[in-house]
Amino acid sequence: MTIQTFDELRLDGNAAAGLLQQLFAFEITTAITICDGCERESPVGALLFYGQPLGAVLRCPACDQVMVVVTRPHDEWWLDLRGVRLLHVSASSESAAT
Amino acid sequence: MTETRLIWREAEVLEVINETPRARSIVLRVPAWPGHSPGQHVDLRLTDEDGYQAQRSYSIASSPERAEVVLTVERIDEGEVSPYLTGEVRRGDRLELRGPIGGYFTWTAALPGPLQLVAGGSGIVPLMAMLRHRAHSPTRALARLLSSWRTRDSIIYLEELQQLAANDHELQVVHTLTRESPLGWSGPLGRIDADMLQKFAFTPQERPRVYVCGPTPFVESVADALVQLGHLPASIKTERFGPTGGQS
Repeated sequence: MTIQTFDELRLDGNAAAGLLQQLFAFEITTAITICDGCERESPVGALLFYGQPLGAVLRCPACDQVMVVVTRPHDEWWLDLRGVRLLHVSASSESAAT
Repeated sequence: MTETRLIWREAEVLEVINETPRARSIVLRVPAWPGHSPGQHVDLRLTDEDGYQAQRSYSIASSPERAEVVLTVERIDEGEVSPYLTGEVRRGDRLELRGPIGGYFTWTAALPGPLQLVAGGSGIVPLMAMLRHRAHSPTRALARLLSSWRTRDSIIYLEELQQLAANDHELQVVHTLTRESPLGWSGPLGRIDADMLQKFAFTPQERPRVYVCGPTPFVESVADALVQLGHLPASIKTERFGPTGGQS
């Protein structure tokens, strides 16, 4: 078993798509967030993703503040958006989604 | 279609293709597949006889123009899922799949500007979907692929990429090797750093759309080097695979 450091476990917010997309009617990885800490605008897909046993934590790529905590025990979702000042979801986003 | 609902579908394995000693492509028929954009991934769920489930994400390798969905999976020795997908899986097997997922790391031929792709190992898979899609397009964007491999025999899609580039002057494909220097190798050697990007990638002034995919340390060092060279962070999209090759 390889020992992995915290840094190596970091993925992109795009990896949260499977976890989050079930909750949203529109593409979530291209939705724009504004960080409550530093006001940086980032698509959800560009946040930093840290997988957890029952969900994930998404952090701001600029200031590292925790923006989203998703916990998904069985068939429930707990969505903590503590670090998201604004979430802008567009029905016709720039997403190249077909 | 930006409206998305994720449901599990039962896919059937139509064909298994050995790409390299450690990587296989799995051709799937997915009932009611809604279509995808190049760069998107799927979740696969495997259930064993005791009901234990393991779920992993895999990038789609095929272009949207193809009816089947093709995944290319690299073996991770201590993995739970990849040894099955690169070993035991057979034609006729059924797999649970949901997707496509992740509209952020996508590219289509309709987007303007040159396309710069940078791959670390099996990070090439979603980028290959982009190049296969591009080959179907009547108006081909200028495109460059720079990819890093440990050894020559680990290069996935080597022949197909040679053919694509041979028939297309707008496409440049460069592979670099980091662990060996085989006889007859005419490509570069060593890791992708700022010097290599300067030599083989589009310049910031050419305003490329940049997609970087690979293991987390690879993606972060390439993205840092690109920014150091003057590329705008917003023009660089990254897809980290984690340290072991497979996504989350």
